[in-house]
Amino acid sequence: MKKSNIIMLIAALLPLGLFLFPLWKITLEAPQYPTPLGMYIHINDFSDVNPFDIKNINLMNHYVGMKYIPDAIPEFKIFPAGILITTILGLIIAFKGNYKWFLSWFILMIVLSTAGLYDFYLWEHDYGHDLDPKAIMKFTNPDGSVMGFQPPLFGTKHILNFTAHSYPRLGSLFLGLGIAASFIAYLVGKKTNKIIS
Amino acid sequence: MKKILNISIGFLIIAFTFTSCNNGESSKSNGALSSNAAEKVYVAPGEHDEFYAFISGGFSGQLSVYGLPSGRLFKVIPVFSQDAEKAYGYNEETKPMLNTSHGFIPWDDSHHPDISQTKGELDGRYVYINANNTPRIAKIDLTTFETTEIIEIPNSAGNHSSSFVTENTEYVVAGTRFSVPIPQKDMPIKDYKGNFKGALSFLKVNPDNGEMSIKFQILMPGFNYDLSHPGRGKSHGWFFFTTYNTEEASSLLEVNASQNDKDFIAAINWKKIEEYVNNGGGTKMPTNYAHNLYSEETHSATSTMIKEVLTVNPLDVPGAIYFLPTPKSPHGCDVDPSGEYIVGNGKLSADLTVHSFTKMLDAIANKKHDGEAYGIPILRFEDVLAGTVKQSGLGPLHTEFDGKGNAYTTFFISSEVVKWKLGTWEVIDRKPTYYSVGHLMIPGGNSAKPFGKYVLAMNKITKDRYLPTGPEVTQSAQLYDISGDKMELLLDFPTIGEPHYAAGCPASLIKANSKKLYKLAENKHPYAAKSDADTKVTRNGKEVHVQMTMIRSHFSPDNIEGIKVGDKVYFHVTNLEQDYDVPHGIAIIGANTSELLIMPGQTETFVWEPKQVGVWPFYCTDFCSALHQEMQGYVRVSPASSSIPLSWSLGD
Ligand SMILES: [Cu+2]
Repeated sequence: MKKSNIIMLIAALLPLGLFLFPLWKITLEAPQYPTPLGMYIHINDFSDVNPFDIKNINLMNHYVGMKYIPDAIPEFKIFPAGILITTILGLIIAFKGNYKWFLSWFILMIVLSTAGLYDFYLWEHDYGHDLDPKAIMKFTNPDGSVMGFQPPLFGTKHILNFTAHSYPRLGSLFLGLGIAASFIAYLVGKKTNKIIS
Repeated sequence: MKKILNISIGFLIIAFTFTSCNNGESSKSNGALSSNAAEKVYVAPGEHDEFYAFISGGFSGQLSVYGLPSGRLFKVIPVFSQDAEKAYGYNEETKPMLNTSHGFIPWDDSHHPDISQTKGELDGRYVYINANNTPRIAKIDLTTFETTEIIEIPNSAGNHSSSFVTENTEYVVAGTRFSVPIPQKDMPIKDYKGNFKGALSFLKVNPDNGEMSIKFQILMPGFNYDLSHPGRGKSHGWFFFTTYNTEEASSLLEVNASQNDKDFIAAINWKKIEEYVNNGGGTKMPTNYAHNLYSEETHSATSTMIKEVLTVNPLDVPGAIYFLPTPKSPHGCDVDPSGEYIVGNGKLSADLTVHSFTKMLDAIANKKHDGEAYGIPILRFEDVLAGTVKQSGLGPLHTEFDGKGNAYTTFFISSEVVKWKLGTWEVIDRKPTYYSVGHLMIPGGNSAKPFGKYVLAMNKITKDRYLPTGPEVTQSAQLYDISGDKMELLLDFPTIGEPHYAAGCPASLIKANSKKLYKLAENKHPYAAKSDADTKVTRNGKEVHVQMTMIRSHFSPDNIEGIKVGDKVYFHVTNLEQDYDVPHGIAIIGANTSELLIMPGQTETFVWEPKQVGVWPFYCTDFCSALHQEMQGYVRVSPASSSIPLSWSLGD
């Protein structure tokens, strides 16, 4: 097997790390929470950082009319299927394809990941803006518009008494490394191809 | 009468000389010392204390939890008395905890807390504490700081020489202070002598969950059994009890029980008696006592009456019990960390008497007896004596050890703590207390491994030490640094009830195991409502059961109708929170029990018997959230003849 194909093989397998490690973590800090509230987002589930964190995030957030974080969202079915399909595709390419196919897989993964991130953003936006009109507490921005409570997609943001942090976790690293590796496989494949021809 | 007067005047004069001399000594170094002391007890905001101190509440019947060195009060744990703050003894779940053979007894006098031990060292799992008045022993679970067991002691009266644990918590003892007729009967009090008995009870502890059961009771001669301590190390397997009133007087004891020059320390080989009992020895005697257990799963207590107790006649186990003569009505009975020395403080003696365990075994082996009392051999004083601490002070009471070869004894009459050396019996240092000190405590000073950094003195009188609060002024404790050669007074702090005795423990042994909440999923209370969907109101004749939930910031249901005058309404309220430090409370107008204070995941119940027609509010009593004030509801009460059906709702 060629060196580039071996790299492609690894690239195809790396995203499977998403089934082992969380994709993202959102943390909420406040003075009365010396142990911050936190939530992991996995490829197929939400989970507590400490026991009952999501229940307590829901309890806090209902004051401003945010929806309860559900047990499951449709994405939890689509994302795992997507990863499994792209991995199989990647494996086929690694065994059968040449370096041009590696680039196609790389582009496919970039597109799909961007779509995933955009979907995540939409979900966050909806979660932070589609508020219950009967909410107990209503806050407006300095310009008079209704305040949203959207957590950051990436980074740190102050929301009322909370400081929210949103950062990728190990699962994302595996995905990112897989994507990067497929590009390297493409470069290596291209180089060897030139030497041979 | 004149003689007594002379003696007390004598005491007063000597006491005065001692204290005044001490006062002079302390004022010399006051300035520099106090600034240094402040630093040593300062625990910065957000920082934790190094030690937990469990200080008994004496006649409040409770156990308080303080931090050392700061002296800050963290919690009062209700044990033998009802507590309106926590609904203990008021709610239906904990009422059975206070059941006894005399019925519901919602008060007692709690004296001696002791922390469970493994291999002679504190393990921080449980605190055991005695009730003096209606004899009981309680177990407090240190994962929740809640009382989870109370066992009544039959045939006992004035349960004072307890509740001390053996070095692997094999046993907790409950020794009687008063001797009484066993079994109880109607008889002339003047016939006390020879007819009353003192029961020393050995409670076996289940190593897995700390639960107690009375394994056997030794029926001793009718003396008063004052205090006790287990042997440890080389003397493990023995228990020592001080006695007074070996005269067996029944009236004017201050005189009549102070006639003998020497009373006894009873040395009891409990392993030998255990063996005798395990081989079928002892006599089963009909009796009646309560065993109350609290379950963390059902959040409820049950009370079981036990009808039998195994008694042991000391004469049936020869070689298991000996008397060690000890001068002048000894009070404290303390064993040093090595287990070799047994200190018996004759409270009417100026000297401290220390017995040697090795010498005691030797005297027993060589049968060097000096007569007997009711068939129990008395060893010769000179044969068991290790040494005396001469002219150490007035009114010695209790001794603890620092693990560095020093002992610290309190002197009630001369109001001081005296440091002396084991083996050489020389006095090294003395410091005044303010005033009239009883027990003292060194964290772990009651084990094979003392943490000899601090000594806590517990005083009976404070007089001018604090702002006055009318005729009743605060009780107090005083903290001394004992890490150096000389003791240093660091801090005065007020305490609840009577700070009778205390047990101290490094915080690290306990705080990591502390529970933050009860898991709702594990709640097995028969009337728990684990979600709003489970809430309901049901009627069974005149009994109505409301299964209610609470969460920030509402009750469900919050409107209830169909209740009638003359109903007995049980509110079973479940806290749905699963967050640390978010309890909720509930109380209703006209309720004659306490409010409930319900921890996350817990269910508690109170009974309300509405006497008047109307629409009556209930509300959350514990400030829980920004909308705490809105956490409220109404119950509509209709006439007894009304036909309004039960209904309940939340929201529109
Ligand atoms: Cu509340």
